[in-house]
Amino acid sequence: MSKTSNINRVDGFAKVTGSATYSAEYKTDGVVYACLVGSTIAKGKIKSIDTKKAEWAPGVLAVITHLNVDKPSGYQKAKDKHNFGQPLQIFKDDSILYYDQPIALVIADTFERMQYAASLIKADYFKEEHSTELKKAADKEKKVETDKGNDYHRGEHDGYKNAEVVLETEYTIPTEVHNPMELANIIAKWEGNKPILYTKSQGVEGTRRSVAGVFDVPAEDVEVHAEYVGGAFGMGLHTWPYEIAALIGAKKLNRPVKLVLHREQMFTNVGFRPYTIQKMGLGATKDGKLTGLTHEAVAMTSSYEDFMEGTVNMSRFIYDCANVSTRYRIVPLDTCTPIWMRGPGEATGSFALECAMDEMAYKLDLDPIEFRKRNYAEKDLEQNKPWSSKYLLECYEGGMERIGWKNRKNKPGSVREGEWLVGYGMGTGTFGCYRSPTSVKAKFSADGNLILQCSVNDMGPGTATMMTAIGAEIMGMPVENVIIEMGKSGLPKGPTQGGSATTSSVGSAVHDSCNLLVSKILGLANETPTFKGIPIADLTFANGLISSKNNSKTVSLASLLASNKLEDFAVEKQSKGNEEARKYSIYSFSVHFVKVLVNPNIGKIRLAHVVSCADIGTVISQKTSAGQMFGGAVGGIGMGLMEALEIDHRFGRPINNNFADYHVPVNADIEKQEVFFVNKKDPISNPMGTKGLGETALVGMAPAIANAVFNATGKRVRDLPITLDKIIETAKV
Amino acid sequence: MASKKTNQSKETEENSSSRRDFIKKSGLLTALAFTPPSLVMASENKWDEKIAEYLETVPLSIEVNGKKHNLNIEPRTTLLDLLREQLHLTGTKKGCDHGQCGACTVHVNGTRILSCLTLATMQQNAQVTTIEGLSKGKKLHPMQEAFIKHDGFQCGYCTPGQIMSGIACIKEGHANSREEIREYMSGNICRCGAYHNIVDAITEVKEGGMLS
Repeated sequence: MSKTSNINRVDGFAKVTGSATYSAEYKTDGVVYACLVGSTIAKGKIKSIDTKKAEWAPGVLAVITHLNVDKPSGYQKAKDKHNFGQPLQIFKDDSILYYDQPIALVIADTFERMQYAASLIKADYFKEEHSTELKKAADKEKKVETDKGNDYHRGEHDGYKNAEVVLETEYTIPTEVHNPMELANIIAKWEGNKPILYTKSQGVEGTRRSVAGVFDVPAEDVEVHAEYVGGAFGMGLHTWPYEIAALIGAKKLNRPVKLVLHREQMFTNVGFRPYTIQKMGLGATKDGKLTGLTHEAVAMTSSYEDFMEGTVNMSRFIYDCANVSTRYRIVPLDTCTPIWMRGPGEATGSFALECAMDEMAYKLDLDPIEFRKRNYAEKDLEQNKPWSSKYLLECYEGGMERIGWKNRKNKPGSVREGEWLVGYGMGTGTFGCYRSPTSVKAKFSADGNLILQCSVNDMGPGTATMMTAIGAEIMGMPVENVIIEMGKSGLPKGPTQGGSATTSSVGSAVHDSCNLLVSKILGLANETPTFKGIPIADLTFANGLISSKNNSKTVSLASLLASNKLEDFAVEKQSKGNEEARKYSIYSFSVHFVKVLVNPNIGKIRLAHVVSCADIGTVISQKTSAGQMFGGAVGGIGMGLMEALEIDHRFGRPINNNFADYHVPVNADIEKQEVFFVNKKDPISNPMGTKGLGETALVGMAPAIANAVFNATGKRVRDLPITLDKIIETAKV
Repeated sequence: MASKKTNQSKETEENSSSRRDFIKKSGLLTALAFTPPSLVMASENKWDEKIAEYLETVPLSIEVNGKKHNLNIEPRTTLLDLLREQLHLTGTKKGCDHGQCGACTVHVNGTRILSCLTLATMQQNAQVTTIEGLSKGKKLHPMQEAFIKHDGFQCGYCTPGQIMSGIACIKEGHANSREEIREYMSGNICRCGAYHNIVDAITEVKEGGMLS
């Protein structure tokens, strides 16, 4: 374990004192307040919109609708196309594509006056028949017209049907909403033709590109600040209409505009995990060898963007199986476009796959882990490549020991603690290790600090802490002397924070730039009289000192810089993956174990113990990684036990669009939680040997709960979330 | 060039538009039809807003983090919006505006409350403590120290509310076991899922007797 692996979160002080500044919190002179008024129908056209009362209300500065908007010049270029990743063209015309679609922007001098004025806007509509229910719109099902949308087959198509033991099941997950604690928010302003945004984004460079497209300006002219992001979980991967609306308003008034969505709007306007129906077909021999696996998914998207995710992907490679078929279809509905939510498709897919594996294990009368071990994949059969590293078996063992798997009985309902039925379950998770080109500038300042700069942001996983740990380790210096500058444009370009790729991408760039900085420092030192003639290989740099072998000669970096008349010393380097990595299949793996207690009389489910194990390669920062794993597991608990956006399909609008009715895990729900990392370096992935954690921390938790509930009660719930009514209802059957 | 300049100055004029310009540009005829001339005149001279500002506000004396403020505020201003938008104390967070998430938790006269459900005008002469009032310069409150040590947060957005609630939870005598802490901290949602570490932090502060 390295010296820097157990450091505290470096932005901890700012976060516990309230001095961390999130988007809408920047003190901005002359800022005015805006909000969006949403449509009250799910599909149709605006017949008329009465803004007069709002315009006359005290303090109102502007009311913008499709009737009076100065349309951003990029709308024309994009024509009628809505390219994915580009926001819905807000105020473009009178058409309504989903419930609560913004129809007016109200701007006033104070927050209170703005709120009141917004309540005065009234609209009439030409209503059209809407479609918001996936189960009733199956006839509109279509393939996504990209390579990723293609059907996959290995061996015999739907080969499971010919097996000795066959299982066919269907699983449903409802719409889930990211709901980070920080609302979507922005302060927008213009300097001439240059837009400036303080906004909630997971990718500064991505936001720049999107805004540049809408307003037809060069991306380099778009200034984005997202230095602190109050959680996002995928919601910040898209540039949303509210951001464009604020920019339109700021341009019209030539003043900074602050716009904070209401919590209700977080359910309707900034994406969600899509409602998905999955069919599984599993075939096995009587002694537990998988011979066929078919995984089909049908998911919702919006009417104006084709959204897809990797729901069926895990089924192609996680188990050793000769005959595999996967199919993925989408159905356009009259809603906002979905966006990847933590774990994304893999979390949805693992619910179906890992529940089906559990069901098959019972059919075969095998322990679910023994069944998985009999189908352990020694290599990736989808890509036909060896694993770069795989410590999934260590995760099984570590979890079994910690959860007390030996106390599990294969016969459901056979263990009790007092009035509670006891059940044990597990679910496997995985996620690909990705790495995108990233630039980091590493700078030594004369006062002895290392400054690391990258435009990547930190929505909570601890990116700054990871960068600090890697930088301090390589430079041989205290973490207190490392300063991170991140989360805004103008810095060396970093990736979007998503797909568990940040450490692999940014960490590698920190690694490479710091090593380059050290070698440049030693090269500079080597030219001084003190070290002249000593091979660079015999020089070392640590604690701000350049030393020759045995410390016979030392020179401080400060004096080296001074003698060279340098105020600081900096390098900038772009880092990216290499060809060698393409020869391997690189994945993180996780296994979640849960012990549930179910009250058979009222169906109440308690999670008595949760153990989450992961093979994520090297653990750079123990505390922040553990925090992420705890948090991912909690996200999976929400998915398994409580989260579902309920839609009243008569009106196409949500019923439970608030935190009282849309249940997420709270402190009382988390009784006993443990995490465990194998912590073995991956030899291929990147210089540090990390594999990524954010997604796999959640993937596999929901099926672990469903499987434990079955083990406790004998009730198999295939529709998430597993609420107590379903336990009681199934019990009656 | 000259014409461009003219355009620019026109733009500036338009950009500084307010509701009065709406009346001038689009609503004048309507306004004349329904409004007595004296009111149109008043509108032109911003009298209405000056009068409104006077009539619409109420005086408020309030102490925040030991500092006294004498303010004139709109009666419909919540304590949360007063803190964030007028006093620029943005450490207190807005998460839902409905008292459902706990992010806006502050102490009023030593008791934890949800500032989003509290009208500022009802807190006449109250003593309010926010997250900014806990530390003394670089010297952190024991609960802040414990949150850092146990990593009781990730994104940090719910953190001020969690810390204010955590302190109150101990002072109320509701931190005698992990079970009790979990129950009495369930009004503060952490979407990053740092609950395990939050309970560790509060337990340590409680057991260390660090709060008098």
